[in-house]
Amino acid sequence: MSGAALTLSGIRLSLGGAMLLALPPVSVAPGEIMTVMGPSGCGKSSLLAFLCGTLAPAFRAEGRVLLGGEDVTHLAPQRRRIGILFQDDLLFPHLSVAENLAFGLPPGVRGRAAREARITAALDDAELPCFGSRDPATLSGGQRARVSLMRALLAEPRALLLDEAFARLDAALRERMRRFVFDHAARLSLPVLQVTHDLEDAVSAAGSLMRLPGPGCAATLERGPGS
Amino acid sequence: MTLRAVPALTIALLLLPIGAGLLGTLLPAFGLLPAIGGQALSLEPWRSLFEAPGLGTAIRLSVSTGLAATLLSLALVLGFCAAAHDTRSFGRMQAALAPILATPHAALAIGFAFLIAPSGWILRLLSPWATGWDRPPDLVTVQDPLGIALVLGLCLKEVPYLLLMTLAALAQVRAAPALAVARTLGYGPVLAWLKVVAPQLWPQLRLPVYAVLAFSLSVVDVALVLGPSNPPTLAVMVVRWFADRDVALWFPAAAGALLQAGIVAGAIALVFGIERLARPIGRSWIFAGRRGGEGAWLARGASVLLALILAASLLAILALAVWSFSGIWRFPDALPQAWSLATWRAQGQALAAPIAATLGLASASTLLALVLVLLCLEAESRFALPPGRGATLILYLPLLLPQIAFLFGLQVVLVRLRLDGMAVAVVWAHLLFVLPYVYLSLADPWRALDPRMLRAAVALGAGPWRCFLAVKLPLLLRPMLAAAAVGFAVSVSLYLPTLFAGAGRIATLTTEAITLAAGSDRRVLGAYALVQAVLPLLVYGTAIALPAWHHRNRAGMSVR
Repeated sequence: MSGAALTLSGIRLSLGGAMLLALPPVSVAPGEIMTVMGPSGCGKSSLLAFLCGTLAPAFRAEGRVLLGGEDVTHLAPQRRRIGILFQDDLLFPHLSVAENLAFGLPPGVRGRAAREARITAALDDAELPCFGSRDPATLSGGQRARVSLMRALLAEPRALLLDEAFARLDAALRERMRRFVFDHAARLSLPVLQVTHDLEDAVSAAGSLMRLPGPGCAATLERGPGS
Repeated sequence: MTLRAVPALTIALLLLPIGAGLLGTLLPAFGLLPAIGGQALSLEPWRSLFEAPGLGTAIRLSVSTGLAATLLSLALVLGFCAAAHDTRSFGRMQAALAPILATPHAALAIGFAFLIAPSGWILRLLSPWATGWDRPPDLVTVQDPLGIALVLGLCLKEVPYLLLMTLAALAQVRAAPALAVARTLGYGPVLAWLKVVAPQLWPQLRLPVYAVLAFSLSVVDVALVLGPSNPPTLAVMVVRWFADRDVALWFPAAAGALLQAGIVAGAIALVFGIERLARPIGRSWIFAGRRGGEGAWLARGASVLLALILAASLLAILALAVWSFSGIWRFPDALPQAWSLATWRAQGQALAAPIAATLGLASASTLLALVLVLLCLEAESRFALPPGRGATLILYLPLLLPQIAFLFGLQVVLVRLRLDGMAVAVVWAHLLFVLPYVYLSLADPWRALDPRMLRAAVALGAGPWRCFLAVKLPLLLRPMLAAAAVGFAVSVSLYLPTLFAGAGRIATLTTEAITLAAGSDRRVLGAYALVQAVLPLLVYGTAIALPAWHHRNRAGMSVR
């Protein structure tokens, strides 16, 4: 499907004149999972918001975000095709499970039958067959997390960001969900960037790891890919 | 009197006069009002109602202006929120809204008439250089037969009201993260808002929209100033009959008041039906997954329209001031040739009594409402009585029923009890409208109080009343005063309740201004309407300044 790298060059975020975070140039290859770790308040979530294009205007940001060869730094969020999963699954409470998935499915898939077929396939893939008409509020945490991933993937993203996506799940579920997300991203050869403060997330991802120190210091790339 | 009984008492205070009033309108509508000779049940009132000249036009006018004002205001507000929610101006809007909301309808309507009249400010600013007119043109702008001026005048007040309600509801649904998700899924800002946020907002917006609809369909004071006069809207027609010397007209008037209630009920049912129809359509619209574009021009357009509405309100108030201080002011001149205090000097004495009456009524009804609401909320939390949907509906009842449908009947009852024209009757009538607004603005801050703070107080040995007086009330000083300012503004703006419960003997700034609006002296009218507009603004300013001053050494109590 995709197969383009996510490249970040010279990214610096500041808030009210104070430097929040500065990244060394990094590139996340298709199918690779890069982990960014750091204490809370170090600007991890702001970094992801900057990559999505939803950073609050109070922040000042420098640097470029490239997907393959394309510079997406100044594109509106909806034009970037960068998917994101949050700690909360953020399924829309006014829509059914199927309607949530239809929300992600591009409008190019035309006709109710065609759209329903894609949604049914996605539900099967998430091991949630026949869940389409359910109210998302009646699903378990793990089920909701899987629907949320499917919704993001149906939108055909070119890169996937994870904002402590596994933090809310209980320990037993967490490793299963990691495998589920990482396997899907690998199958679609998406570059994945996750921020977390759980070292297990980084170990399980088995990609490169970047540690963010406190606010104001430059980040260091600790471990190369595959090491 | 125990605390536990306060909620029931409050509900009785609302329901009793409304129920009695409805009955007091219902009986004469079917011929029963022994005091003026209605001894037997009959359909005669309805026959004479339907034979009244111009009734069909009056009904058509009421329905068309009421629906147009409501739908236009709602579309503007939702359009603005959808298109401009991620612009910088959106956040600053709330501060600009409050002063306009505090301004009574009547003052805004009168000021708006000063703007758009053929000899009004807008044409003065455009003449003669743009229009070529050196005398007021022969146009009908105010009181036009289609009711366009009435619709626009209603929008001036309803747009800020619905916008405020939308902003309050937005705080309850977690809009920002949902919007971020929709944007990363490829949706443009406008469609993201309409598909993700609007459906979640609607349940909280429904009752305010119905209240706006009921108000627009049955408004009297604004319609007297801006609406067509012959025939007028149904509500105005009915009020004229009630005010007529010929008491025989009370019978068709009572029937007309019930018809008005039926029209409001029908319109609410219509909007409800539209909502039910729109739901499946909206679902398949969302299902199809269209993303929409930037919507940049839409955002700009919606912001400009909203800014125009707000600017018109501010200009309207300014126009009142300019006219009241004007000396000689010939037509195409943009500003008076000479300024003068003559109007104020001449009216100073006459203004004192209505100012005193307005202040007295507003203070009494607001204070009473505040005490009742605080005790209700305290009873609610102390005895764990969650207010059900029924209680919310009862609170909205005075706002959903056309005032004319129960105020005449209430007057009949008051006359029987020899209470008509007494201050206590007028305060009670005001309470019907003040209390719901005080409750609605205080309930959320009350429920948002940090319960751990109270647990800490209890653990330190404070009893329930000490918790109430020494912890809750001081913590809630800011929202309490804000709610009081809202209540005060509502009371100042009331026209029909003062007129009917006061039996025409109690003159407030509002009733005087509306009476004067029928005449032609803009300077005097400007003075009355300006005082009417300024009083609630002063109270509102105090409500902001007082807690800020009181908490000046308490950083934890400052507004975030």
